[in-house]
Amino acid sequence: MSNWIKKFVVALAVGAMTCTLLDSPAMAQEAAPVAAEAAEAAEAPAGPSAEMFTVNNTWMMVAAALVFFMNLGFACVETGMTRSKNTVNILFKNSLIPCLGILTYAWCGFNLMYPGFDYDAGANGWFGFAGWGITTNAEGITSAYNAGYTYWTDFLFQAMFAATAVTIVSGAVAERIKLSSFMIFAFIYVAFIYPIAGSWKWGNGWLNNLEVPFYDFAGSTLVHSVGGWGALAGALILGPRLGKYVDGKIKPILGHSMPLATIGVFILWLGWFGFNGGSVLSADPGLVSLTLVMTSIAAAAGGVSAALISWIILKKPDLTMALNGILAGLVGITAGADQMTAMNSTVIGLVAGALVFSSVLLFDKIKIDDPVGAISVHLVCGIWGTLAVGLIGAKAGIPQLISQFTGVLAYGVFCFVSALVIFLVLKVTMGLRVSAEEEIGGLDIGEHGQEAYPDFSPVSKV
Amino acid sequence: MAVKKIEAVIKPFKLEEVKEALTEIGIEGLTVSEVKGFGRQKGHTEIYRGSEYTVDFLPKVKIEIVVVDTLVEKAIATIVKAAKTGKIGDGKIFILPVEDAIRIRTEEKGEKAV
Repeated sequence: MSNWIKKFVVALAVGAMTCTLLDSPAMAQEAAPVAAEAAEAAEAPAGPSAEMFTVNNTWMMVAAALVFFMNLGFACVETGMTRSKNTVNILFKNSLIPCLGILTYAWCGFNLMYPGFDYDAGANGWFGFAGWGITTNAEGITSAYNAGYTYWTDFLFQAMFAATAVTIVSGAVAERIKLSSFMIFAFIYVAFIYPIAGSWKWGNGWLNNLEVPFYDFAGSTLVHSVGGWGALAGALILGPRLGKYVDGKIKPILGHSMPLATIGVFILWLGWFGFNGGSVLSADPGLVSLTLVMTSIAAAAGGVSAALISWIILKKPDLTMALNGILAGLVGITAGADQMTAMNSTVIGLVAGALVFSSVLLFDKIKIDDPVGAISVHLVCGIWGTLAVGLIGAKAGIPQLISQFTGVLAYGVFCFVSALVIFLVLKVTMGLRVSAEEEIGGLDIGEHGQEAYPDFSPVSKV
Repeated sequence: MAVKKIEAVIKPFKLEEVKEALTEIGIEGLTVSEVKGFGRQKGHTEIYRGSEYTVDFLPKVKIEIVVVDTLVEKAIATIVKAAKTGKIGDGKIFILPVEDAIRIRTEEKGEKAV
């Protein structure tokens, strides 16, 4: 099997290179988006009209609501891809994480992520803190704060991203992690690790001030790979689910609801309209509409790619692969949605779909058990999307690519090591994993003393 | 005076047909359960996220009826005719002796209870 994974990735790389060549300025049918450059250059000194400010802010609030809705998407995907005996546990984690995210972001996260580095005063761009709590003055609710949104909208939109980053971890550690340990990890990761890391770029930290600034439009690195590194660390320290790898063989553990998994993915796709559309940070018609189109193109390409590849290599098309493929495309486009042409976005999606397929198989082969494919979707494709900004699209070029690598490396080291440390400390102090008995009986009974489907008796196919 | 129990494990999609046929020969009640099993018909292979696994147990339906002795042969023939497809996995019928049978509502016993 690893033989054709290799052949396949090579074929894919060749295909991607070919598409990139076809897409190069020399042969381009469509110009790279100029709108983004123009908007950056024209930081209008005169503020927007009151009407424009209202329109901008309204769109940002809608976007915040869409990103919020993604929590439901994650809950459904994770529930569908795991066994019914652990459903209450999954839903509990997915319900509490947004709560923890919003509260900690208000308490300290927002001000860790946007500390207002004052470089003239000697700020280092690595760590800053603008104080506890969220509060603003009269200016904060006008366009004087920002042409696109009020202080409160700013907080809310960003808070939703924080919750999204951490909830990625819950899928990879599902069905065997101790609830209390996980909640402690989640708390620390969302309150401190996520915002400190985020400050390096979106908070105008050191990565944003490189000679060629690191670029992450909506969070392939800042959100998805941050979550992905945490997921990888967790899955590694936890170990696989009981019965997953037996006598050198991989024993599939089937998800209990394909409908829920599918519903979840489409909810996530919908949420991405806000995730990427809102990352324009205004209602700019050109930018937002362009971003939304590229986002959906990448999602579509990812789905088709993963579906086709699974059909060819596995002889039958795998629904879960197609679903993962859609998400992979979405994660992949997130770093550069405003920098890509339709062809660029298609390539990003196609490659992401192939990457997610290969990663799922690869992680299983090296015995890293990831029940929902979180690491494959968010870490692997988050890295791909980030590097893609330096490889194709309006910012393509060696200097940008180097900055992208720098960012990927920096976040990798910081997040992976922090997550490892947290998980290891938890493992050594309070234990990270439930007992074998509890894992077999199900976390719903063991951790929560309740069942998700008390009315249903097991029904076989009739 | 005696009654016998007939247990038939059949293919699930044949349930409706068998039920109709039994009703036609005068059998007024039956119990059905969804079961899994295999005989000489082995299971099949499925694939999930790149890994194959075998499903050894196939879904079947078990019908249980208790009938008077005189009806047993006819019941068996009826079930066989309705449930047979000629392909592997059609199922099996077992005949068991019954000590007694009681109708709960009227407390009738024996033949009167079925």
